[in-house]
Amino acid sequence: MTYKNLKKSFVKSLMMIWNTFPILLGVVLLISLFNVWLFSFENLILFNGNWYDVLIGSIMGSILAGNPVTSYVLAGEFLGKGISLLVVTSFIVSWVTVGIIQFPAESILLGKKFAITRNVTAFVFSIVVGVITVIGVNLL
Amino acid sequence: MTTEKSYVGWYFLLTVVLIYLIVLVFNNSIIKLALIGSLNILKSLIFVLVILIIFTTLINYFVNPKTLVKYMGEDSGIKGIIISIVAGIISTGPIYMWYPLLNDLQTKGVKTSLLVIFLYNRAIKIPLIPIILVYFSWKYVLILFFVMIIMSVIQGFIVEKILFIGK
Repeated sequence: MTYKNLKKSFVKSLMMIWNTFPILLGVVLLISLFNVWLFSFENLILFNGNWYDVLIGSIMGSILAGNPVTSYVLAGEFLGKGISLLVVTSFIVSWVTVGIIQFPAESILLGKKFAITRNVTAFVFSIVVGVITVIGVNLL
Repeated sequence: MTTEKSYVGWYFLLTVVLIYLIVLVFNNSIIKLALIGSLNILKSLIFVLVILIIFTTLINYFVNPKTLVKYMGEDSGIKGIIISIVAGIISTGPIYMWYPLLNDLQTKGVKTSLLVIFLYNRAIKIPLIPIILVYFSWKYVLILFFVMIIMSVIQGFIVEKILFIGK
């Protein structure tokens, strides 16, 4: 354990952050642009009480990005409007586990195949988690 | 060191800037709001960035690839799974901030399934529980988090299997 090694580790970390800086900045700019767009068109997004509402919920959650708190607030609004717990749960889960906006960054840094497989399975699992959670809530 | 991979990042940023310029032609108020929003996000990221730098410095300093592979490599077993779940839950900041570190861990031999488990468990945020409780019951939150932890392990296993088939 030496000061020289610590300095080397620190410089290595800074280099790692610097190398990924354009990707991180690009993702931040994309998320911000998308959030402005979302809140301009938020009221156009409607659920019709059909079976495929759960798909719409998961797709919405996958596309949208940002702090999970926003997803809780939106989910609360949806619940208040009578949208089912299954749709709302799938929406919350996909919001935090699937990242369409972050996909380019994930793909560049962790591999295209990794990013595709992880996001597709996370999308499917958002519905599965929704189903199991709602069954669990009703049973217990 | 300039690699082809590092250029990809700059091309990506350039593409986003081009999208901004195209939107600017049609609606400059959206761009103004988006830039203010980006600045706010970047401000909130400073703290996460500092944590990330400290975290990666400590990993680079104390943990050598051999140790990392022992705890999170191919034969890490249940120990690796638990480490990934806990690390995912306690990690802070947006998911994309962690990609550089995960990339580093990936090259050091950490198991793919453990990276997937880490990313999935980032969805469980203990400090945000009071906010989610405003809209949902304790029972719902506990069941949801429990199901998500279990599913993260299953997803890790499935993703690794799919990626392995391709090789």
